[in-house]
Order: sequence, then structure tokens, then C-alpha cells
Amino acid sequence: MTGATVHRTDLRYRLGLNLRAVVGRAYPRVIGANREPSWIFFEAFLPLLGIAAYVFIYQAFGARALEDASDPAAVAAILANTNALVASVVLGGTMVSFWLNVLWSMASQLYWEKEIGNLQLYMMAPMNRMALLGGMAVGGMLMTSTRAVATLVSGVVIFGVVFQVADPLLLFAVFFVTLIALYGMGMMFASLYLLWGREAWHLSALMEEPIFFASGFYFPLGGLARIPGWGSAVAFAGTIIPAGLGLDALRQLTLGATAFGGTLWLFTPQVELAILAILAVVFLVLARYALAYLEMLAKREGKLTSRHQ
Amino acid sequence: MAYAVETRELTRVFAGKRKLFRRAKAPSEEADEGTGPVTALDHVTTQIREGELFGLLGPNGAGKTTLIKILATLLLPTSGQAFVAGHDVAKDVFPIRQRINMVSGGETSGYGLLTARENVWMFSQFYGVPSQVAKDRIDRLMQTFGLWDKRNAKVRMLSTGQRQKMNMVRGFVTDPDILFLDEPTLGLDVNAARIIRDYVKTWVRGQTGKTVLLTTHYMMEADEMCDRIAIIDQGRILACDTPANLKRMIRLDTTFRLEVDALRETTSFGSIHGVKNFSLKDDIAKNRTNLTFILEDEAPVAEILSRITGQGSKVHSLQKSEPTLEDVFISMVGRGFE
Repeated sequence: MTGATVHRTDLRYRLGLNLRAVVGRAYPRVIGANREPSWIFFEAFLPLLGIAAYVFIYQAFGARALEDASDPAAVAAILANTNALVASVVLGGTMVSFWLNVLWSMASQLYWEKEIGNLQLYMMAPMNRMALLGGMAVGGMLMTSTRAVATLVSGVVIFGVVFQVADPLLLFAVFFVTLIALYGMGMMFASLYLLWGREAWHLSALMEEPIFFASGFYFPLGGLARIPGWGSAVAFAGTIIPAGLGLDALRQLTLGATAFGGTLWLFTPQVELAILAILAVVFLVLARYALAYLEMLAKREGKLTSRHQ
Repeated sequence: MAYAVETRELTRVFAGKRKLFRRAKAPSEEADEGTGPVTALDHVTTQIREGELFGLLGPNGAGKTTLIKILATLLLPTSGQAFVAGHDVAKDVFPIRQRINMVSGGETSGYGLLTARENVWMFSQFYGVPSQVAKDRIDRLMQTFGLWDKRNAKVRMLSTGQRQKMNMVRGFVTDPDILFLDEPTLGLDVNAARIIRDYVKTWVRGQTGKTVLLTTHYMMEADEMCDRIAIIDQGRILACDTPANLKRMIRLDTTFRLEVDALRETTSFGSIHGVKNFSLKDDIAKNRTNLTFILEDEAPVAEILSRITGQGSKVHSLQKSEPTLEDVFISMVGRGFE
């Protein structure tokens, strides 16, 4: 190619290329998704209704217990316990936003990209495939964070929840690593869903409510683990989904390890952070290999990057 | 000689559609049902020179898009080799992907919530184009393609033609060395198609080192734009030359076009002495048949007319004409494009 442009292949160039690709792919999620104000109703107001049902049940239990309590210490303990339960629900509702985003906007995304014709353009571009997934994840995290913050603030204002953060650094670390692990899992699912085609849609539906339960979105996960027989098995299976461990650690760090008498936690936040970090690495590595396999399969069989094939 | 694209005995076979737990079928049964293996490219050997506007002309299902997908590193060959900018498409994809881009007709890529400008910018980032450079190019290209007024319109609000112009901007914004255009003017109005054709020609010929591989089944488009054309059918390249040379191949032949009342029987025309090949196209709205004959000379015309009128059909027009690329195709394959 005598007259053609000289093209760089060095590390600095590749780094710049992939960073631009991440920003480019994150852009439609951050800008496009917030362009229509209807998200406030669907993604901030409606989730509050789901949370409200659990909050009212816990508050009713608390009110009933208060009727029988006369000792000021017992009253204080009941109020603290009710606050901890309601706060657990609000935190769970916040994390639900991320889980739904991972299921419907990460895991199913490559399948939809194929349907609208974007995927083959992505596959043809020189960027690293992980930059594509990374852009989707970064965009998803940023977009969902606005929704999650809206849910959290609404929960605090409407339900009067009180949080006590003793170690903000650890809290931030747990939240950040939980998101990486969660979106790493979404990145891995994205490739697998594409392989499975339309059936993947049903998988997402299948993974909504069971994961809400197994990950303890609306109650402390340790409570599930203490149910004799099957409880601990379900709770520990649920920890494979990073949201479960992340929530358990976040609750401990915002409510205090002594909340619920200190009996409803799975592990210490430090242990949970370590497990989440391992999960993050495992999911990211698996995502990379799943996408590489998908691309190889797509090129060999010619079925995955084109629509209607 | 530096080749922008080179293929050697390139073959691509798509496996048949097999479902789990179904009994295996005989090849003849699979062929009847259209579920057997399909040979999309059959030992294709061709070279496209750097700086060339090369056309791939053939009917639907000829293998044009398969060839482009292999060259665009989206598909692996079953056998044979393909090189783009000197790099093997099966082994060395990164330098190829840096140098290429592709635009297909009827493409629906992008995100409806983004504006046309934002969409193109997003795709430019996947090629590492600096953001401001990309924005400047997008503005310039949108003006060229007559899309300036719609630059801030959301993609879902664009018409088919406007969307295709946006796709063309996407193809050029990365300043590729080699551009694959797969039926780029499909479904566009005359004016939009003309703007695209003019720009593609200017882009290739106005600078060095730029190459375009254009697939089309519009004869006029291939004739007007391309330096050389390969005629492809059923995965095989039948001929490859300049448009003028291709037409010269059948210049010694005589081409006649007839418009007649719808015919009941047409197969016997092939047996008339002196008929090299012919094609027909039914015009259902008018209840007529349009026939094109490639003849060795004018002698068989009387016999053809006799067989037409013998069926009770009336001849509405008879025209002797200069050969077109479609006539070249008919003379080689024995049928037209539609």
C-alpha cells in the first residue's frame, strides 16, 4: 500500500484507541438514555413502589412490637431494628437498579446489537472487544447510578431511613468492586446470550425474581442462611451473584455490624470485599474468553454477526 | 504491483441448517428443502489494484456480500486465501481493520436516541479518530452529502435516504484506505444515489492510495463508476475487465429487445439456431413479457417473431441495441438479474 496512510500499532496508540472506544460506546448509554425524561417515572418512581411494599410490612411489624414494649431500651431496640430493616430494603432497591441493568442492558445487549445491525460494525472495528464491553459497562454503571441515587434519596426522604457510615473508604471500595464484579458478570453473559439467541430473553426473565430472593435484595442475606436445611445452600449459591455479597457488606458498613444483633451477616465486609475482588477478576477473564470464542464462532459459521441468521 | 485486495482460490461454504434430534437427510432431500450446504464462493481468484474503483456485479445470492464479509474480517474462508492491504484476513486482522470500513445498503445501524452527528462520532471512536478531528470530518461530510440540516436530528426521525447518507458519512469518517460498499444506493431516490456516486468517484480519484470495492446489481451504476468489473454468479467470477472491454466481448453479437404480450411458452427460444442466449422479464401490470436476445447475427429474428406470433402474442416493440453489462451477463449465464 504505497500511497496509503501509515498506521500505528504501538502500545500507546492501542491504549488511546481502546479508551476512545470505551468512551464512544458509553456515550449512548449516558447521554441517550437520559435524553427522555420518562426514565424518572419508569426507573426511579416505579421501583420505589416495589420498595414501599416491603417497607410497610417491616414498619407494621415494628409498630406491632412497639405496642407490647414499655421499657425505653426495648423501644429503642425495636426502632433501631425497624430502621435497619427499612434501610436494608432501600439499599436492596438501589442495587436492584444495577442488577436489572446488568440483566437487560448488558447481558442481552449484544443480541440486540446484532438485531439492529450494529454488531458486525463493532466486530469490524480495530478496537479490542473488551473495550466494547467495557464501554457498555461504564455507560451502564453511570446511567444506572443516577437511577440508583434517585431511589436512595427518595427512600431516605420518604421513609426517613438513617445510615451511619463508619468507614467511608471501605464502603466506597466495596461498592466499586461490587459494580465491577456485577458488570463483569454482565459482560460474560453478553457473549453467552448472543450464542443462545432468542432463548436468552427468557433467561433474563428467569433470573429476575429468583436472584432478588437468593441475593437478599429485600432482607439481610444472613437471615436466609440461617433457615435450617435449604436456607444456607440457597444463600451461598446466591453469593455467586456479586450483588448478594456486595449488599451484605454495604449493609454492614452503613448500618453497623451490630445491627440485627450482629447475627444476620454472612461474612465480615473485608472478607466479602476479597471474595468480590476474586469474582470480578474471574468474570472479566471469562468475559474476555467468551467474547473471543463468540467472535471465532461468528467468523467460522457466519451466523452471529448478521441479522436474521 | 501492490494489490489492495487479493483472493486466491477463495471458497466459502455455509453449513446446512441442521436441527438437534432430527434424522439425517439425504443430500438430494436437503437440496430440495434448501437446507443443505451452500457454496457461496467457489474458488474465487481476483486482484484489486490500489487506487482502483472495482465493481462486483451479480444478481442476489451471487456471493457478493459473502466476499465483502470475508474481506472485512467478519467471516473466515472455508478454503483458499484472501489478503487485504497485504495482510491475510484469517491471521492478521488488526492492520486490516485499521485500514477498512464498510457501508451496506439498507443498513439500520446506530441508536435512535442519538443524533446523526453523535452516531457517526460514536463509530469514529472505535477507530481511534481524535474526537475533534472526527467532528470536523463529520461536519464536512454531512455538508457534502446534503445532511447538514439533519445533523442534530435523532436517528429515528431520519428517512431511509437520510439514514443511508448518514451511513456513508460513517464509512468515510475514519478515512479508510479501502472502503467496501455493499449495494450502497439500494432503495435511494435518484438524487441521493447521484450524490453518493459522485462523492465515491471523487474520493477514489482525487487522492492516492484509496480503493473501493463496490457491489451492486445496478448495471448503470457499475458501468458509470467502476474502473474494472467482475461479474459474479453462483459464487464464481465469470469475467473481470473494464466495462468497455466486457461489452466488447459481445460486440460482435447482436442484441435485440422485444416487448410482447405475455407468453405461455418460452423455453423453445433457446433451440433456435443463432440464439446465443436470452432472458425474459414478465411485466405483470401490463400483462407483457420483455425479452432480450443475444444473437450471432440478425438471421434468427424472423424465427423468433414467428414463434411469438404463433402463440397468439402480439409484438409491441422490437429494438436492436448496443450491448449493456446486463447483456454481457445474459450471454454468459443465460438469464438476467431479476
